[in-house]
Amino acid sequence: MWFESPDAAASRLAEAGYLADQATATSAYLAGALEKPVLVEGPAGVGKTELAKAIARSTEAELVRLQCYEGLDEARALYEWDYRKQLLYIQAREQTPEWDEGIFGEQFLLTRPLLTAIRREQPTVLLIDEIDKTDVEVEGLLLEVLSDFQVSIPELGTITATRRPLVVLTSNAARELSEAVRRRCLYLHIDYPDAEREKQIVLGQVEGIEDTLAGEIVDTVHRIRSLELKKQPSIAESIDWARTLVALQIGTLDPAVVDSTLGVVLKHVSDQDKAVRELGLRKK
Amino acid sequence: MTLVDRHLEFVHALREAGLPVSLAEGLDAVRAIETLGLADRETVRAGYAATVVKREVHRPAFDKIFDLFFPALVGVSGIVHDETVGSEAGLRPFRRGLSELTDLGDGPQDLADFREQLADALALGDQEMLAALAREGVSRFGRIQGRGPGEQRWSSYNVGNRVSPETLVEQILNGLLGETDRDPAEEREVRRAIQRQVDSFNRLVESDVSRRAAEVRGPEYVARHTVRPSIDQLDFTAARKADLAEMRRAIHPLARKLATRMAKQQRARGRGRLDFRKTVRASMQTGGVPVVTHHLPKRPARTDLVVLCDVSGSVANFANFTLMLVFALREQFDRVRAFTFVDEIHEVTDQFRVGADPAETLAELAASAKYASLWGRTSYGRAFTRFHDQFPDALTPRTNLLILGDARSNYTDLALPVFKQMEYEARNVWWLNPEHRRHWGTGDSAAHEYGEIAPMVECRNLTQLTDFVGDLA
Repeated sequence: MWFESPDAAASRLAEAGYLADQATATSAYLAGALEKPVLVEGPAGVGKTELAKAIARSTEAELVRLQCYEGLDEARALYEWDYRKQLLYIQAREQTPEWDEGIFGEQFLLTRPLLTAIRREQPTVLLIDEIDKTDVEVEGLLLEVLSDFQVSIPELGTITATRRPLVVLTSNAARELSEAVRRRCLYLHIDYPDAEREKQIVLGQVEGIEDTLAGEIVDTVHRIRSLELKKQPSIAESIDWARTLVALQIGTLDPAVVDSTLGVVLKHVSDQDKAVRELGLRKK
Repeated sequence: MTLVDRHLEFVHALREAGLPVSLAEGLDAVRAIETLGLADRETVRAGYAATVVKREVHRPAFDKIFDLFFPALVGVSGIVHDETVGSEAGLRPFRRGLSELTDLGDGPQDLADFREQLADALALGDQEMLAALAREGVSRFGRIQGRGPGEQRWSSYNVGNRVSPETLVEQILNGLLGETDRDPAEEREVRRAIQRQVDSFNRLVESDVSRRAAEVRGPEYVARHTVRPSIDQLDFTAARKADLAEMRRAIHPLARKLATRMAKQQRARGRGRLDFRKTVRASMQTGGVPVVTHHLPKRPARTDLVVLCDVSGSVANFANFTLMLVFALREQFDRVRAFTFVDEIHEVTDQFRVGADPAETLAELAASAKYASLWGRTSYGRAFTRFHDQFPDALTPRTNLLILGDARSNYTDLALPVFKQMEYEARNVWWLNPEHRRHWGTGDSAAHEYGEIAPMVECRNLTQLTDFVGDLA
């Protein structure tokens, strides 16, 4: 059993340093209760990966992470035969005839994250990060793992999970995921939090920050987000900004400070220009 | 109605609104609701959302249908309040008993009182109070005299008309900032904040009206008639102002997605000559036997693109969006030139700068539309002739020509020979038409005439547009 109820999930995630809203807590609870993977989408930097880490921390489970990238294949995601070892074994066998087992045994199997997660006996959180970066074929590979928690190895047979891991998939929507993956997962969209929750997050993440400064930062970031920008500042950027200001020992956010440190939050020239203009930062 | 029936009807309504809810997902939802329990409405909502909504674009439709099938409260006047709301601020109506609520007045004095309360709520940004006021507002001012006896109807238009929350903005601004010497930046900021509150009040009124309608006519009926298609399925020509802003925001992520896809296809498309070093290096793993060969990527052949856009009133939105998308993807093409026309041709390539703000670009485009118009009546024939005369060098055998427009030429000369000549000069020609296929060739539409010369593609919404542009590069 992972979490007792959505409320319990929220409070235990909060203890692990992750402030979850109701939808997030409910999804985390359902992922455990229904034993279904959760697909987490949302803008970059809202804490998608952090959610998986927090679930692992709060349930004292081990985190197994599969970082996806273009060109990721079976050999990196599932398992691989250690052919160097197999080769040596075959050569050595000629001298020691008492070694007569085949070369497709457990000792030649290199387990990769997906297989590792399935074979673990202890509670495990499997994080499949940025699944949108992979090719479509890998998605097909994942389907068996996601729906039945099993892996078929032609030489060994099917390995079924002794203890189902809690699976979290994250996506930045660089590519449409297939219906098949979506259907097998619970879906959670994490958006930018409201001002109150974001302030709590900043206070929790940044050491030695004043309450008022955190409030000012979050207010300004929210004002910036209400503009129509190319890249909206995320929570990660609010936290960076807070750290910057703490490091610079600036206690209050006035227009001059915002103007000089805007590069921490906005990373496009046109966005910066727009923010300066709309927030009335520079006096002519 | 039992709970299972309600669930089934809910899922059915979602499907009708275009959400692809499979049987398995419906079962997941039931299992989720079973473990979650029905005690808390928002938890139920979250449970349903996690199991049946698999795309964020479907979320607004889901929320709307959820509110219809699982209303927060049932009843006509329905002001069921906990005492905490508005108990301090002297908001009398909240504390009245239900008996009094049946005869809520809607006279001028009531209206003035109501507007005063609303102004307070808007200024404070108190969501709960706004929700309560929205419900009260609908009860008081939104009633349409029923057609049959005992039949009640409500209209958000009536509420907006009588209460007109927009007119309160100025009053609230005065209250918050004082009447004189305001800081313009601060004023703009506050004004925007208040406007957001007003918008949210209007949304609340609308959802309360549809909730009531659902009680009278059944949720399925209301869902079918009020839920709008998600933004990527919405017709360009049917988009409202708010939708356009949302579409504009969607352009950039869309372009990014498309660019990733195109880059991937580019790489996958055919392999070049053998990469000797890489193959040898890889063969070390297999004891010197080159089991896997590696190849150099092929040099991509990129195309020139010339875009001709009709920017006359009816199709301007469509043309602008397509232009934005094409230019967002310009690194995928060798060179892009864009022209706009109504009955005169005007080059707008320079309006698109790298890294410019999409909203500004659109505004500039709209401003430059006047150069494309001489008499202001669309004439495709004249525009093509002028294009052919003025920019004879634009079309080359490497050029893909893209024409955006509804082919409605006000019964003027179509200049088909000129268009045929253009088709001959360019490598490929496509015509994107934002109208539904069934309207082609009706009235003054010359879709069939032009369609015989160059292939005409229906392109009514963002999904179709993305598909087309994706195939183009």
